[in-house]
Amino acid sequence: MLNDIFIAPFADMIAAPDFLLQVLWEGLVSGILYALIALGFVLIFRSSRIFNFAQGIMVVFAALTLVGLHAMGIPAWISVALTLGVMFILAVSIERIVLRPLVGQPDIILFMASIGITLFLIGGGEIIFGGENKVMITEELGIPTGDTVLEPWGGLLILQHLDITVVLVASALVAALLAFLNYTQMGRAIRALGDDHQAALSVGISLQTVWVLVWFIAGIIALVTGIAWGARAGVSFALEVIAYKALPVLMLGGLESITGAIIGGLLIGILEKLFEIYWGQPLLGGNTETWFAFVLALFVLLFRPQGLFGEKIIERV
Amino acid sequence: MKDTEGYVTADGRQIGGVLMELNNITLKFGGVTAISDISFDIHEGEIRAIIGPNGAGKSSMLNIISGFYTPTIGELWYKGEKRPQMRPYEIARMGVARTFQNIALFEGMTVLDNVMTGRLTHMHAGVAAQALWYGKARAEEIANREIVEKVIDFLEIQSIRKTPVGRLPYGLKKRVELARALAAEPSILLLDEPMAGMNVEEKEDMSRFILDVNDEFGTTICLIEHDMGVVMDLSDRVVVMDYGKKIGDGPPDEVRNNQDVIDAYLGVPS
Repeated sequence: MLNDIFIAPFADMIAAPDFLLQVLWEGLVSGILYALIALGFVLIFRSSRIFNFAQGIMVVFAALTLVGLHAMGIPAWISVALTLGVMFILAVSIERIVLRPLVGQPDIILFMASIGITLFLIGGGEIIFGGENKVMITEELGIPTGDTVLEPWGGLLILQHLDITVVLVASALVAALLAFLNYTQMGRAIRALGDDHQAALSVGISLQTVWVLVWFIAGIIALVTGIAWGARAGVSFALEVIAYKALPVLMLGGLESITGAIIGGLLIGILEKLFEIYWGQPLLGGNTETWFAFVLALFVLLFRPQGLFGEKIIERV
Repeated sequence: MKDTEGYVTADGRQIGGVLMELNNITLKFGGVTAISDISFDIHEGEIRAIIGPNGAGKSSMLNIISGFYTPTIGELWYKGEKRPQMRPYEIARMGVARTFQNIALFEGMTVLDNVMTGRLTHMHAGVAAQALWYGKARAEEIANREIVEKVIDFLEIQSIRKTPVGRLPYGLKKRVELARALAAEPSILLLDEPMAGMNVEEKEDMSRFILDVNDEFGTTICLIEHDMGVVMDLSDRVVVMDYGKKIGDGPPDEVRNNQDVIDAYLGVPS
C-alpha cells in the first residue's frame, strides 16, 4: 500500500518521462484557463469587494451568445465583435441596475446580488438561445484543430493545436492584463479603488467608470475561456462548473492577489492532473479531478487562512 | 468684505484675487445643524486656515469644498463661476485636491504608485490607448512620471519610493498623502489636519513643506488645524468656527485678540 502511494507513482514518472510531460502539458492547459477565470474574480473583488458568483455563468453566457449569433448567419469574427459588445452592455447594465443602488452595502448583500445576476443570466440565456448543448464554432474562428506529435526520448507527446492556441492566447491575455494594471493610470485606478473608496474619489477616480471597465474585462475573460473550453467540451450550462474550479484557485492564491490567481491556477491545473493520473486512477478509481482542487485548498486554508499570496489580516487595537 | 482685489500680507507677499467664495453655507444632517450660515472666501495664492474646537464643523466645511457633502443651503463660487452640484471625482478634476484627517492612502500600492494616482485628473488618453500602451497614452505616462518624481524629490521621500504604503510610519504616510494631492497640480489644496498626531519634529517638517509648496508652486492652500500655535505661524488669514458658526475671520494677529475666539478656546468664566 505504502509502495503504491509513495514509490510506484514516482517510478512510473521516471520510467515514462514522455507520458509525464503529456500529463503536465494537459495540466498546464486547464491551469491557465483556471488562472484566467480567477483573474476575473480577483479584479472584481479588488475594485468593488464583490465576490462575483456570476463569473461562471458569464463564461456560458458569452459562449452561448457567440454560438447563437453565428447560428443566425453572422460571420464568425463579426459574431466575436458583437459578443464583446453584448458583454460591454452587460457590464454597463450591471453597474447601473445592480451596483450603483447598492453602493456601501455590506459585502454579503453584494454577494447575494451576484447570485441574482447568475440566476438572471441562466434564465435569460435559456430563453434567448435555448437550453440544448451546442458546438463551439472552432473551425469558423480559424482555430487550428490538428495535432503535432513530438517524440521526446523516443516516446510520444501529442500536442493538440487547439491546446497550443489556448495556451498562447490565454498567456497573452494574462500578460496584457498585468501590464495594464501595473503600468497605466487606469490600471492604477482599478487597484486604488479596492484599497480606499474615499481616497479614490479625492484623486478623481470615477467609481462608475472603473466598475464598468472591470466587469467588461471580466466579460472578455469569460468570452475567451468560453471559446477555449467550449471547443473542448461543447457549449452547455455545464461549462459553468469550470468557473467553480476557480474558487479553490482563489483560496489557494488569496482573493486579492493577482500573482496568486495566476500561480494558484497553474498549480491546481497541474497538480490535479498529476494526482488523477498517478494516484487517482490506480488507487481511488479515478474522477478525482472533481474534488482534488477543493481538498488541496482546504489544506492550504488550514495553515494559511489568507491564502498563499493573500493579504495578511492584521487587526490593530 | 467682498473685495475681489488681492491684498498684501504682513510679510509682504502679494496675494491674488478671490479663487473660491462660499456664501451662506448651511449643512444639516437630519435635525443636527453642523454648519449654519457661514460665508468666507479664499484668495489665490494664500494659506487660509479654518480653526475651531472639536466638533465645530471644520471637517464638514472641507467636505463641502471637496464635494463629499452637499450644503443644505448656500452656494459655492469657484473661479468666478457658481459651482453646480457635482460628484467628488468631478470636483477633483476641476483642480481641487485634498488630504484626509485619518489618512486615506492605497495601502497595498507603493509610494510611487500612490503618488501616480494623483495624476489621474490629468489623464486624457482613452482606456483602449492605455491598454495598448500606444501613442498619446505612452507620452502622457512619461510626462506624468516626470512630474511625480519632482514632487517626490520636493517632499524628500525618494528613499521610500518603492515601499508599500502599508508599511510606513504615520508621519511619512501623511507626507505621501500630501505628495499625492500635490501631484495633481491643484488650483486649491485642502489639508484636513495635516499635523494631527505628529510629534514636534514632524510638525516642523510638515509646516516647512506647506510653506514651501505655497512659496514654490504658488498653490492656494486651505487647511484645518486645531493646534493654534502652528496655524498662527503658517496662515495668512484664519476663519474661526465654533458650534457650526463663524466667530472670527481675519489675519492671525487680529483673530488672536478676538474676544469670542478666546472664549471659545479657553471657555467663558461663569
